[in-house]
Amino acid sequence: MTETAHMTSNRQAYLRTMMRQYAGIVLSLVALCVFFSLTNDRFLSVANFTNIFQQVAVIAITAFGMTWVILLGEIDLSVGSIIAVAGMVGAQIIGLGWGFAPALMLTLAAGAAMGLFNGVMTAKLLLPSFIVTVATMSIFRGLVSLPTGGAPAMNMDPTWIAIGANSFLGVPIIIWVVLVLFVVNHVALAHTTFGRKTYLTGGNREAALYSGINVDAMKIRIFMISGLMAAISGILLSSRLYSAQTNAGMSYELDAIAAAVLGGTSLSGGVGTMVGTLIGALIIGVLNNGMNMLSVPYFYQLIVKGLVILIAVYLDVRSKQRQG
Amino acid sequence: MAEADIVLHMTGVRKTFGPVVALSNMDLTVRAGRVHTILGENGAGKSTLMKILAGVQLPSAGEITLDGAPFYPVTPQEAAARGLAIVFQELSLCNNLSVAANILATREPTRMGFISDRKVTARARALVHELGLPIDVTAQVGDLSIAQRQLVEIAKGLSHDAKVVIFDEPTSSLSDNEAEILFGIIERLKAHGKAVIYISHRMEEIMRLSDDITVVRDGEYVDTVAREDTTIDALIAMMVGREMAEIYPPRIGDVPDTQATPALRVTGLTQTGAFEDISFEVRQGEILGFFGLIGSGRSEVMNALFGTSMARGTVEIDGEPVTIRSAAEAIEHGIGFVTENRKEQGLVLSHALRPNVSMAALPRFSVRGFVRSRAERREALSEVERLGIRTNSIETVTGTLSGGNQQKVVLAKWLATRPRILILDEPTRGVDVGAKFEIYRIIRQLASEGTAILMVSSELPEVLGLSDRVLIMSEGRVSQTAPRDTLTPERVMTFATGHVQ
Repeated sequence: MTETAHMTSNRQAYLRTMMRQYAGIVLSLVALCVFFSLTNDRFLSVANFTNIFQQVAVIAITAFGMTWVILLGEIDLSVGSIIAVAGMVGAQIIGLGWGFAPALMLTLAAGAAMGLFNGVMTAKLLLPSFIVTVATMSIFRGLVSLPTGGAPAMNMDPTWIAIGANSFLGVPIIIWVVLVLFVVNHVALAHTTFGRKTYLTGGNREAALYSGINVDAMKIRIFMISGLMAAISGILLSSRLYSAQTNAGMSYELDAIAAAVLGGTSLSGGVGTMVGTLIGALIIGVLNNGMNMLSVPYFYQLIVKGLVILIAVYLDVRSKQRQG
Repeated sequence: MAEADIVLHMTGVRKTFGPVVALSNMDLTVRAGRVHTILGENGAGKSTLMKILAGVQLPSAGEITLDGAPFYPVTPQEAAARGLAIVFQELSLCNNLSVAANILATREPTRMGFISDRKVTARARALVHELGLPIDVTAQVGDLSIAQRQLVEIAKGLSHDAKVVIFDEPTSSLSDNEAEILFGIIERLKAHGKAVIYISHRMEEIMRLSDDITVVRDGEYVDTVAREDTTIDALIAMMVGREMAEIYPPRIGDVPDTQATPALRVTGLTQTGAFEDISFEVRQGEILGFFGLIGSGRSEVMNALFGTSMARGTVEIDGEPVTIRSAAEAIEHGIGFVTENRKEQGLVLSHALRPNVSMAALPRFSVRGFVRSRAERREALSEVERLGIRTNSIETVTGTLSGGNQQKVVLAKWLATRPRILILDEPTRGVDVGAKFEIYRIIRQLASEGTAILMVSSELPEVLGLSDRVLIMSEGRVSQTAPRDTLTPERVMTFATGHVQ
């Protein structure tokens, strides 16, 4: 290699690098907030930020799962469909009159099971996860309509609805769910051996294998986490809508990937954090909310969102090249 | 020597990156029909020098002439057009393409604007044949061994006509047999009046091939000497700036008792198509050298022992039969495996030193699934100290370390598992001389502490210099196992090539 490579000196320099990495997206977030608050005086309010958080919840939680998958160097395009299946499973179990707790458990189990299927296909049949999840995205989307023949299913269970409607200590339950899941995912990633093995496997699969890490088991578990997170998102979404829609979560996988990538998660695996993903999800949420308040037509919103992602990723890649 | 012989001439060449001086005041005079070796530790500035000549980087100051005309190539294409050919050390091949496509990459013969596969294959085949390389040009590069890929790299470098041919550590992944082919090629280039610039760490081959030797140290030109006027010891002294008392440190303590229960006993290990009926034992504190040419099955045996591939036969650890089906099980049984390719199987290059050191021993650094970062940090720091890893901190990204230091991190990773049996596969490949000696010292130290060591190497001096006993493999079988003092290099090569009288 180069004989003159600057060493990234000491721990302080490492921390500085980390901070610089977050500084970029935090600054983007602040800039967006400043822009929207200047153009709309209702933007900068507790009520609106509560609103943003609530809107961003589904994307953020799905993105936490997606972050694990991308860290491992894989991709999960089926999460949008899992969101819809989860809502439908919940509505059907409630419809059977089994009550809230069984419905919740079975919905989560369904999410994990769909993730298990993705994981086994990827790990054991050695198929690329991109292909596997393109296929299951379609399969799961089809499964949603099986019980109702394509019609939405109402879900008026009071506890189920309360998740989306009620507050605890003055903060909407949805936001509590996001915060708790953020902390759980963050701690698991940053401080457990499972998180460490995820980074190592994503960084160099073969070296991980030779170090005694069961790479196949890691893949399967992480796709299960992704499925589980998507199922939780599906519960929140159906709770807010009082129903399970067959087109729920459509193209949410792209928002989840965008949030992770905006947050600095590298698509080649091994690099990324939950903190970054949360900030990335907030950027997407603020963009959506701000543009809605400015009554920007939906198609312009799509264009702007795409451009923001391109710019953010470009800046990220360039800053890494400079350090490299 | 007439001035007319001079093909390439450099004076006062300097290269800086910001405040960092990579090369200062480099002088070099390369003559036609001679092999000019550039010798220096990693970090001495050799690669920078090569990049300047190859048109990858421009010098910050200094004069370079090629055939008397100023030579400051801006692109590799320009350097090639001016008559410079380079055989790279870092493999720069596309694994998904055929050998022929790689050899003629960017210069493919075309028919009406389309690449003609037939012509590509024919031309590549002719070139490979002319060079005497044992490669099938239609094979996919991805299917070849590292050594064969290096041969492809050589063919690629020599696929266009050149006045100056640069070899950047071409033998670091070649066995002696393949190295001989390369030396033949170099002799022929010389006879055709080409100037050859040769970069290598291997003293024996440098003394054999070179006409002139230039030593660089810390980015500075030290001296140029004629081969006849110097010795290996003198060169090493110039290169590291201090006298090396001895290359291979002597064993510490006695050779272990041959009657003791072996730490590892392998009987009749067989993997169809790779190796057959491999039996050996190694005791605590013993270094068993594994010698064999590339393709003799040495690395395959090690992988089978480590559970990363399957084989039949019995394996006993401390007299107890064991079955090892995965790396995790091997590690649990106290086996460590310093793999052959540190970049592929050894390190996570994008990650810092600390997580790399702990990665094979995570159970030791965790409680109920949580990483004990303090214990992890302590271990990383103590390994850095013990192995003399030159790094600014344990948070330094391993990809930025030199080859020798990276190799020490791989060692550290396995030492962190506290192995009782340590497999070392080519432990000093692509490592500079200074780090090499340090790794030898560490291996000796480990043996004296009771670790049973299996050392696979294709460097004969290394095997003979360190091992207590040597096992020689030939074509997938054990052709001889003998105590070190009964062996000579000639005898070992006889067994390794299978020409036993």
